[in-house]
Amino acid sequence: MKFGVVTFPGSNCDQDIIHVLRNVMGCEVIELFHKEHALGSLTTDDCVMLPGGFSYGDALRTGSIARFSPIMQAVLEHCNNGGYAWGICNGFQILCEAGLLPGVLLENANQQFICKNIYLKTENNASRINATLSKNRGLKIPIAHGDGRFYCDDKTLRQLIANDQIIFRYCDENGNVTEAANPNGAVYNIAGICNAGRNVFGMMPHPERASEEILGNTDGRLIFESFLANVNTPVPV
Amino acid sequence: MSEALATLEQAKQLGLLEEEFNKIKEILGRTPNFTELSIYSVMWSEHCSYKNSITLLKTLPRKGAKMLVEAGEENAGLIDIGDGLACAFKIESHNHPSAIEPYQGAATGVGGIHRDIFTMGARPIASLNSLRFGNINNKKTQHLMRGVVKGIGDYGNCFGVPTVAGEIYFEDCYNTNILVNAMSVGVVKVGETVSAIAEGAGNPVYIVGSATGKDGIHGASFASGDLSEDSAEDLPSVQVGDPFQEKLLLEATLEAIKTGAIVGMQDMGAAGITCSTSEMSAKGKHGMKIFLDKVPTRQAHMKSWEILLSESQERMLVVVEKGKEKIIEAVFDKWDLHCEIIGEVIDGERLLYYMFDELVADVPAESLVLGGGAPIYKREIKEPEYISAIKKFNADKINIPTDMIVVAKKLAANVNIASKKWITVQYDSMVGLKNTSTNLPSDAALIRIIGKNKALAVTTDCNAKYVYADPYIGAMIAVSEAARNIVCSGAEPAAITNCLNFGNPYNPEVYWQFTNAIKGMGDACRKFDTPVTGGNVSFYNQSEEGPVYPTPTIGMVGILDDHKNQMTLDFIHAGNVIVLIGKATNDIACSEYLKAVHNDPLSPAPYFNLDEEYNLQQAIKEIIKNKLIDSAHDVSEGGLFITLLESAMINNLGFEIETDKLIRKDAYLFGEGQSRVVVSTTAEKAFVIENICKEFSVPVNVLGRVTDGSISVDSEDFGNINTYKEIYDTAIGRYMILL
Repeated sequence: MKFGVVTFPGSNCDQDIIHVLRNVMGCEVIELFHKEHALGSLTTDDCVMLPGGFSYGDALRTGSIARFSPIMQAVLEHCNNGGYAWGICNGFQILCEAGLLPGVLLENANQQFICKNIYLKTENNASRINATLSKNRGLKIPIAHGDGRFYCDDKTLRQLIANDQIIFRYCDENGNVTEAANPNGAVYNIAGICNAGRNVFGMMPHPERASEEILGNTDGRLIFESFLANVNTPVPV
Repeated sequence: MSEALATLEQAKQLGLLEEEFNKIKEILGRTPNFTELSIYSVMWSEHCSYKNSITLLKTLPRKGAKMLVEAGEENAGLIDIGDGLACAFKIESHNHPSAIEPYQGAATGVGGIHRDIFTMGARPIASLNSLRFGNINNKKTQHLMRGVVKGIGDYGNCFGVPTVAGEIYFEDCYNTNILVNAMSVGVVKVGETVSAIAEGAGNPVYIVGSATGKDGIHGASFASGDLSEDSAEDLPSVQVGDPFQEKLLLEATLEAIKTGAIVGMQDMGAAGITCSTSEMSAKGKHGMKIFLDKVPTRQAHMKSWEILLSESQERMLVVVEKGKEKIIEAVFDKWDLHCEIIGEVIDGERLLYYMFDELVADVPAESLVLGGGAPIYKREIKEPEYISAIKKFNADKINIPTDMIVVAKKLAANVNIASKKWITVQYDSMVGLKNTSTNLPSDAALIRIIGKNKALAVTTDCNAKYVYADPYIGAMIAVSEAARNIVCSGAEPAAITNCLNFGNPYNPEVYWQFTNAIKGMGDACRKFDTPVTGGNVSFYNQSEEGPVYPTPTIGMVGILDDHKNQMTLDFIHAGNVIVLIGKATNDIACSEYLKAVHNDPLSPAPYFNLDEEYNLQQAIKEIIKNKLIDSAHDVSEGGLFITLLESAMINNLGFEIETDKLIRKDAYLFGEGQSRVVVSTTAEKAFVIENICKEFSVPVNVLGRVTDGSISVDSEDFGNINTYKEIYDTAIGRYMILL
């Protein structure tokens, strides 16, 4: 499978994700610019990556302008046809603004930017992105965001839970989901979700920052490995 | 020119001396008009001209085998780091703006220093800072710190360059005049740099990036006077930053350089268009015709001098090879940035500024710039009165406390010692995937070069209290500590950049501090073979309360040829032997301990000997190279006990040690005598270490062992590491809770 990494004006993790996908995971990567109207040679077997950063300088609301970039029409069609999309941090915010994922990312509860290692609990093995991950251990992955507090209404939350659309929740070192382990005040400690079709994924933490020995942490690589393994997952509802 | 002629009165209001006004008249052969006077006032301000410092700066070592661009030649110095790569790095102050408007002041400080790096063609890969605030109990200090930290974070996080290291001290002398020094480190292929030069008559001159507004007008002059109650009225002198525009400017600039169509480029910092046009012209021995009405502006009806002096951020002046305009315009169009021709390079060395076809200023470029016609002064010096009080300090009169545990906990909670996590968690320290210190911390941050085995080691250091006590020794210690941090991370010190924060140079006592600090810095840099690649002088750091401590911040870059030789500072195995390398001294002078426990009497700089420091560093390098240790951490503020705590707490380990009965216990545990490093290793290797230290004539002592969490000193139970970790980690945050 190929990856297409989109650079929006203000994206600043685009080169990081390209490096990890290409040089660490050995994947083919196409670099896409936000002004393009098509996804190059990408097919619905492939994955569009929306990287972290500050698209349009976070003007108005995170991700709210990037969703109007020309390329987003193509991303929308790609996803509606069953193609994969994966947003990390600002990419997650853009996917929510574009309506490809439910909910919204609000300012962190402490009103400060937070950059540190946190732990992620794999909530289920229902999606390609978490199918091979152990539910019994916390993955150490860094976060770096000012607006990462996932929020949705109760009805949506119930649906997300019922459909196994919650892929990661914030937990402590031992894998316990606690309030103290929630860095930004996200509802239900949600760190990452997918859509009902299980082809669009969004997460605030940065697995690409934890995928190389030299960085002293390779937990993030497990997430890419799960995605690439493509084991059979339950048929979407 | 129809504009009215300027008066001496106006010259003085703009901060010029009468003799300087006369010199301008002599240069022009006539009286300048107001626009011309404004140009001279900013270019001859302390900030741009270094008129009171350049003579002494030239005594610093500025040559070395690795130097590709020496101090003052370009926007930043450039060193060869091997593998066909070069590193551009520089530190700069943004003290006065930050004291007035902490958020924007700090943010634009970060933006400005990054532009200095990428205008040379280097991509910034790491950001550092050095901050000084007043007493943390003051609401004002908390407000300033909150703003500065958010400003640095918001700018750097959005721009996408990790903030990897820094230092912060709290002292009463910075209550009004805080210090905000920002450093940028960039990497470029050797031979692919761009010079800040204008040449080739007929080549078009572009302004690219943000539109020009009225912000920051006379900012350079503002930074060249003391802060006072009225300074808040200077608010328009503070610029406003936009990191998003800067990110676009970075990408567009580096892409434009790749086209080969650029002749020269300089970012616009202090004194805006004036400074960039004059410096580029003077360097290229050419002139420029500039049409100010062509400059994209944020508001209508801006006057010529406002456009010339505006310090609006995120702008560059670019000279493009004639005929290649379309190539450059396409790049900036891709990134949705302004890219306007505002003039052309001309023969002769005059700068001709026009507004709607009317000539509004006509000045020789050379006469404006440092090394050209800008004035140079030597100031009077006088030993400050307080020095005699320092000489009277007698440690024998200081009681040795009976309860060392109380002292240990007090120091762990001391804000000059405690964890800076409350601050650093607000900075993106990881973007770019190059900072390898996140999970593997060292005394200096290590920044890997992706695709090579190499890493850069970077640090900022200056204990200004030591410099105040003895500017000569204090400045040597600042350089030595930076080098020691780099050596303890496994790397080889390469070069420094400096940010010299001092009071008013017209005060002979301040100038005495400056003179001696430069001498100490020079001697230490020569010893470690770390030339000065550039930096910045910030005078007038004083308020009604007097000058700040002399604060010559050192930003040092080192090279780690093979990342496998990285050394970390954390104890790894319980049972490991703890070894102190370097001489334990019976010295409590100038320590945080003396300040916190004994009411801060004036005392001399701590024990320091440059030759011993040098020998220590050579021994540590040899020990790391031979893979003899699991950790290395230098002894600094808080002394040996705090060093041990910091090494132990990362992996929740503890330590048991014996002190030296010949040395007073408070000095042994908390004294800040220099040139010491704590390492941990196995018993067998400790023996080899002792032999290496003997070779380098460095004292070595086995202190004790790493434990699984308990702490004991001379068999006295000091409690568990978790207690200290909690105190150390939360101390600063406790002051910063918003009520």
